[in-house]
Amino acid sequence: MSTHTFLSVTIHHNMSFFSFGQSAEIDVVLTDAETRKKAEHKTEDGKKDKYFLFYDGETVSGKINITLKNPGKRLEHQGIKIEFVGQIELYYDRGNHHEFVSLVKDLARPGELTQSQTFDFEFTHVEKPYETYTGQNVKLRYFLRATVSRRLNDISKEMDIVVHTLSTYPELNSSIKMEVGIEDCLHIEFEYNKSKYHLKDVIVGKIYFLLVRIKIKHMEIDIIKRETTGTGPSVYHENDTIAKYEIMDGAPVRGESIPIRLFLAGYEMTPTMRDINKKFSVRYYLNLVLIDEEERRYFKQQEITLWRKGDVVRKSMSSQATIGAQRFEGSASSESALEKAAREDSG
Amino acid sequence: MSDPTVADTRRLNSKPQDLTDAYGPPSNFLEIDVYDPQTIGVGRNRFTTYEVRMRTNLPIFKLKDSVVRRRYSDFEWLKNELERDSKIVVPPLPGKALKRQLPFRGDEGIFEESFIEERRVGLEQFINRLAGHPLAQNERCLHMFLQDESIDRNYIPGKVRNLPKGT
Repeated sequence: MSTHTFLSVTIHHNMSFFSFGQSAEIDVVLTDAETRKKAEHKTEDGKKDKYFLFYDGETVSGKINITLKNPGKRLEHQGIKIEFVGQIELYYDRGNHHEFVSLVKDLARPGELTQSQTFDFEFTHVEKPYETYTGQNVKLRYFLRATVSRRLNDISKEMDIVVHTLSTYPELNSSIKMEVGIEDCLHIEFEYNKSKYHLKDVIVGKIYFLLVRIKIKHMEIDIIKRETTGTGPSVYHENDTIAKYEIMDGAPVRGESIPIRLFLAGYEMTPTMRDINKKFSVRYYLNLVLIDEEERRYFKQQEITLWRKGDVVRKSMSSQATIGAQRFEGSASSESALEKAAREDSG
Repeated sequence: MSDPTVADTRRLNSKPQDLTDAYGPPSNFLEIDVYDPQTIGVGRNRFTTYEVRMRTNLPIFKLKDSVVRRRYSDFEWLKNELERDSKIVVPPLPGKALKRQLPFRGDEGIFEESFIEERRVGLEQFINRLAGHPLAQNERCLHMFLQDESIDRNYIPGKVRNLPKGT
């Protein structure tokens, strides 16, 4: 009697290494790849890359090209799909991805590909509620992921996109005006023209010295970014000084007023992000710092709200209004333009 | 009407500065000189004192011009009081020079002229940095050190600010 022993060996690595079976490359191409704007974004390792820029509500559409590596051989698969994912990743908790947007489109049922093939996809009017963010302890990203499922190992391709959240000029934008100091020692009144600034705005303000009994050497304004991650007992704050801008050099006396003009466009900043999906916040503060001759620092921190203004031109004016506006531009004096318009209207 | 695409960078309104404020003396004048070292006593009971003269226009100091005599251990006392009672980081004193106090030295030890001068400079820097600190100015020990003829080591430590008006 002979016993036949069948040894079953399962190879758990990429089959294409041995040129057994078939593998493929996936390429994700957007419909509007030629026309869509790209935005620069700094990745986790500090490199700057360009990605396609999307806004909330925009449709994400395109096609995926699956190119077989060994032409002639079939590719067996358990299904082909494409996903649109928006997720938050906390660096200290890498295993858990918090997905706040998750859409999937099935492109092919389980079967086989005999040749390279292209599949169209469209995610219509996708909600993208938050802005793409890569920070010190947290990352929020949006990406397309095309997957060819297989028994042993899937073939997938991810394509990151960048999302910007836009706002318009806020209705209420009060100035920040305050009197602070150390009793009998230093009293100042500071004023910033707004409390909400867009990313290319200018901070216009002034510092008025009411009492100066210390020897001040210079004064600066710092912009501080504070990233807060986590909730409850484990909250992490990361402070980063984005800018230091000297506004005064020398010793001021009582009654002097020092102007402030700080252009924000030169600094790498994001809009203020408050309690994003209850996971993290990114807030900005102006820190007014006075330094005396013994390097002692006196400071006052004040939060400002940053928002992103859209570059798109509003096409909301009717054609009549547009023509009317153009009439006034051409003439030398506004009075003659008004007369001209009145005559034309009545005529 | 200003073009909304161009940022409004006009200065905010400011009160014009009073000329007396602009050209008047600054209200932050504070200068302390440590000078005229005198070695008192004989033999092993000698010690050096320095004259400490303060001139100021800060209202927190009772006297606008005061002169006292202090020795190194008085400066040490002041440093210890402030480290214990106030939250400030007290600047360093010049060294204690214990080596110089050992016997069988070839020179005058702590009474060597160059050493006294080095120490004098260090003490002057120390007291100027300290007296200019707004939090140090609150401590009674600093005022006693600078303006009382002698230091009462049995004094009651405390703050000098927030006195009721009229005191």
